[in-house]
Amino acid sequence: MSIDDAEAPLSRDHHRGALFVEAVSVSFDGFKALNDLTLYMDPGELRCLIGPNGAGKTTLMDVITGKTRPDAGEVFFGDRIDLLQLSEAQIAEVGIGRKFQKPTVFEQLSVRENLALALKQDRRVRATLRARLTGSERDRMDEAAVLIGLAENQQRLAGTLSHGQKQWLEIGMLLLQEPHLMLIDEPVAGMTRGEIERTAELLQALAGERSVLVVEHDMEFVRSIARHVTVLHQGHVLAEGSMAQIQSDPRVIEVYLGE
Amino acid sequence: MGLPTWRQEPGGFALLVVLAIVAVLVPLLNLALPVDSALHVPNYTVTLLGKYLCYALAAVALDLVWGYCGILSLGHGAFFALGGYAMGMYLMRQIGERGVYGNALLPDFMVFLNWQELPWYWQGFNHFPFALLMVVLVPGALAFAFGYLAFRSRVSGVYLSIITQALTFALMLAFFRNDMGFGGNNGLTDFKELLGFDLQAPTTRAGLFVASALALAGGYLLARAVVRSRAGHVLIAVRDAESRSRFLGYRVEHYKLAVFVLSAVLTGIAGALYVPQVGIINPGEFAPLNSIEMVVWVALGGRGTLYGAALGAGVVNYLKTVLTGALPEVWLFFLGGLFMLVTVALPLGLVGLRARRRSVA
Amino acid sequence: MLFLALVVFLCALRAPQIAAAEPEPAVVAPDSPAVPADPAAAVQALASGGLSANAQLVRQISDAGAPWARSVLQGLLDGTLQTRRADGRVVLANVSGDAFELTDPVTGEALGQASHADLKRIPINNTLRTQLNGLIARLSLADPDPRQRRAAVRALFETLDAGSADLLRKRRPLENDSGVRAAIDIALALSDLATGEDSVRIAAARKLATSVEPVVRVRLGAVADDATQVQEVRDEARRALARSEARVSLYRGAEMAFFGLSLGSVLLLAAIGLAITFGVMGVINMAHGEFLMLGAYTAFVVQQWVPVDWSLPVAIPLAFVVAGAAGVLLERCLIRFLYGRPLETLLATFGVSLILQQLVRSVFSPLNRQVATPSWMSGSVEINPALSLTLNRLYIVVFSVMVFVALQAVLRFTRFGLELRAVSQNRAMARALGVRSARVDALTFGLGAGIAGVGGVALSQLTNVGPNLGQAYIVDAFLVVVFGGVGNLWGTFTAALTLGVANKLMEPVVGAVLAKILVLVFIILFIQRRPRGLFPQRGRAVEA
Repeated sequence: MSIDDAEAPLSRDHHRGALFVEAVSVSFDGFKALNDLTLYMDPGELRCLIGPNGAGKTTLMDVITGKTRPDAGEVFFGDRIDLLQLSEAQIAEVGIGRKFQKPTVFEQLSVRENLALALKQDRRVRATLRARLTGSERDRMDEAAVLIGLAENQQRLAGTLSHGQKQWLEIGMLLLQEPHLMLIDEPVAGMTRGEIERTAELLQALAGERSVLVVEHDMEFVRSIARHVTVLHQGHVLAEGSMAQIQSDPRVIEVYLGE
Repeated sequence: MGLPTWRQEPGGFALLVVLAIVAVLVPLLNLALPVDSALHVPNYTVTLLGKYLCYALAAVALDLVWGYCGILSLGHGAFFALGGYAMGMYLMRQIGERGVYGNALLPDFMVFLNWQELPWYWQGFNHFPFALLMVVLVPGALAFAFGYLAFRSRVSGVYLSIITQALTFALMLAFFRNDMGFGGNNGLTDFKELLGFDLQAPTTRAGLFVASALALAGGYLLARAVVRSRAGHVLIAVRDAESRSRFLGYRVEHYKLAVFVLSAVLTGIAGALYVPQVGIINPGEFAPLNSIEMVVWVALGGRGTLYGAALGAGVVNYLKTVLTGALPEVWLFFLGGLFMLVTVALPLGLVGLRARRRSVA
Repeated sequence: MLFLALVVFLCALRAPQIAAAEPEPAVVAPDSPAVPADPAAAVQALASGGLSANAQLVRQISDAGAPWARSVLQGLLDGTLQTRRADGRVVLANVSGDAFELTDPVTGEALGQASHADLKRIPINNTLRTQLNGLIARLSLADPDPRQRRAAVRALFETLDAGSADLLRKRRPLENDSGVRAAIDIALALSDLATGEDSVRIAAARKLATSVEPVVRVRLGAVADDATQVQEVRDEARRALARSEARVSLYRGAEMAFFGLSLGSVLLLAAIGLAITFGVMGVINMAHGEFLMLGAYTAFVVQQWVPVDWSLPVAIPLAFVVAGAAGVLLERCLIRFLYGRPLETLLATFGVSLILQQLVRSVFSPLNRQVATPSWMSGSVEINPALSLTLNRLYIVVFSVMVFVALQAVLRFTRFGLELRAVSQNRAMARALGVRSARVDALTFGLGAGIAGVGGVALSQLTNVGPNLGQAYIVDAFLVVVFGGVGNLWGTFTAALTLGVANKLMEPVVGAVLAKILVLVFIILFIQRRPRGLFPQRGRAVEA
């Protein structure tokens, strides 16, 4: 089953958010982290990326966000945006947001202040000195707070939140930057079962208006959210498809069980 | 926005109230009462308290960069001294013919060095507005140049602190030289008047005192406005998680530079108010030890609170006055011990002792 | 950086010899023109002759060429040739206790003792003095020791006359020491410059262009400015002067570079300890300068008890122990409570620095103290008149290199060194392997402090020792660490020498203060390119 069958084509409004990673290779000091990797994402898609450690998942994200430059290959966002020509800051401007594994929220600021910092707005010094929240900004923050389940806790210092809540706050902050593509790296590591369920709901709610690429190890979680899964191995795409297809693919079984 | 309230920000509120009281009471008790009255505040006390106020302003400025942005500058004394020198140059020009050598144009030390004319960088300092401009511009420009180079190259942490030390040390060496034209190791002194007011007169002293109190209040409110704004939150974000802030799209270097320059300007103003009150400015103000003492004021008071810095400045300098008067040998031991105490036992400073901690894991 | 050091030493080797050679066997006796009447009588006549008569007499004596002539003239010059009042006899009177030992100047026969009152000096004036110097020099031309001969020739630079020039010309083919020969050539050229036809003068000027003797430059300058000379001669003199001065500048530059090396080697000793503690523990120790000071004071104290010449071999290990112990104490009592908080450590150690300074001020005194230089370290090695290397600095450079090598050996070949490197690269892993990181930390700190202490002993040889000694060097030491990076001691080595040499080379040009400022600006700009210094560490421990 190819990716072309995955989703019904969306309207032109949503043509951004599509990701085209083609034949990308990255090596570090002789070690090939990514090896001729090709991956396509449709706009609004929720994709899970799995694979053993060292498969290249984090490196792939680094390439997309501009943290690492590939030695070969192309990375396009939408039809026309060549990500390899842009700096990290520019890639963030263009609408790609990333959430790292370790939650890094600003612990000495309140939830609300964290969210306010993440709003898509003029980031220059003069602007922030005078910044006042507009009505629409306030609304968006409220929406985000509700979505991430922290609506009642907005005045608390972010440092006092539980681990799961910090992760959600970070997702919320990512949301407020109005990304077209969200890269989420191992969101449920260290969460309780209840939190994991909530996170699954959250991510599913996020997809559609934007594309979401999730890297995870927790198979339960992946199964609960994934329509489409990509398996990476040694820097290359090993298999793609639905969860059922993946789990019955002999190559995947060999890689996961054969080590 | 507005002013701090007793309920929300007791510290800030207390500071402003104390300042208001002091600004009224001290001049009153000095000028209105006869000298032998029990409640009379002597002239030197007015000057001493004025000094404390200037130091407190410098401390608040340092708290801005350190407490809120994490930039530990060990060279802020340089900005204090530069502001002081700018004011000192104006005051020197005001001496005119009343100097020892009676030269209307050249200050005494220039006559002594056989200089024939006023160097170009002294031009304009006979005008008060120009001097005020320089008070703001010179420290600001230095901070800008230095900060631009340092922050752009992502120098941070201890490396930055060391370099700020080296900066003030180099400036000290430079200003000690007689041929720099700033009075050499004697500095600038023997001031007569400011804007026509005799610097020795009690009314002038009181006026300067009130000006210092106003400057402190103004500086505090300005700093407070900055830290409460979105920009202030960015500063805190930069302090705690710099790469995350950068990742969020904030130009960290710009923010650091902006707050560094603002802090330098405020410190320069503090220096400019300090000099007419103590009557002298010399290169010793650039000494690295001075800058580091400023840090202990903020650390002891409680960084990241602004009013804590002012408190710390007052407490430490008061102790310094007392100890250097009574047991001069002990002062340095005490200061050293203070450093050790504050870092090991009092990370949140005096303010942290009583505040209910909004503690974080 | 290091290339500069190599260049300096190559220059030094190429230049004429170091003045330290064994005496050669005497080659030939000095030439003697016609022997006057009776030189011994001339000696006696000195007692009664006036100043101008004596001028003639000394010539006679010198021309006589007798072996004792030189000691007589020397005696006249330094006042040991006196007249015995009792019988008017001329004697050589050498101090012996409270009295004088008398000997006959001609025969050397002992003549008993006399007191000050029994003797009368034979007076001389400046003209006579100059003349005597010249004559003695002429007589010294055949001295067995080449050093003496060379000194004699150089003494003649000032007082060249036709007779001396002749003497030198005759002496030259007999001279087999190249240094003395070169000196004779210069003297002859000087003589030619003063007298002789234009073409001779021009040739002489050309020859003198390669000399760095001060008197040469003076003479060349005089000729260049002398309006009575032909233009060509003046031009040649000017050219020669320019070339000579250029050479002198080169050697001055080399001397500055040498000072830079010695400053750099002190900085090395000061900065190494800092690099180690920062590299391994991420600790910035503002009290480090005080370890330097403690070492310096140790040297001072040792000299109160031990004779100066033995003091350094005693002081060095003692300073290491004293400063090292202080370092361990500091680490155990303060630093370890502040791990992971480098800014706090900086402040706390600054407090310690204040306390240590004040302690020393109270115990010793706020005034600077002098530490004496042992005799085997005094003096200097003269390469040529424009370049002379003081022995104490030479020793310090060598010593620093030795310490550096020893340290590298400790790091590489001892168990402790291994543990230290392990902890600095990956503390958690090292601990997992059983390394007691707390112990390593304490000992590392002690090591760094100890080296600083040893550096302080070296420093005591260069400058006065006072409570503020540490403050003067701490900023520079930090800049070395910032510039060199903390990963590799070679970074510290390179940075220290580079900064030392750069500082000293710039000093004569822009002044000490501006040199410091320029170095600072340079480092700030350098950090833009390489924020972690020349040789950054690859590992976890560095990140603040």
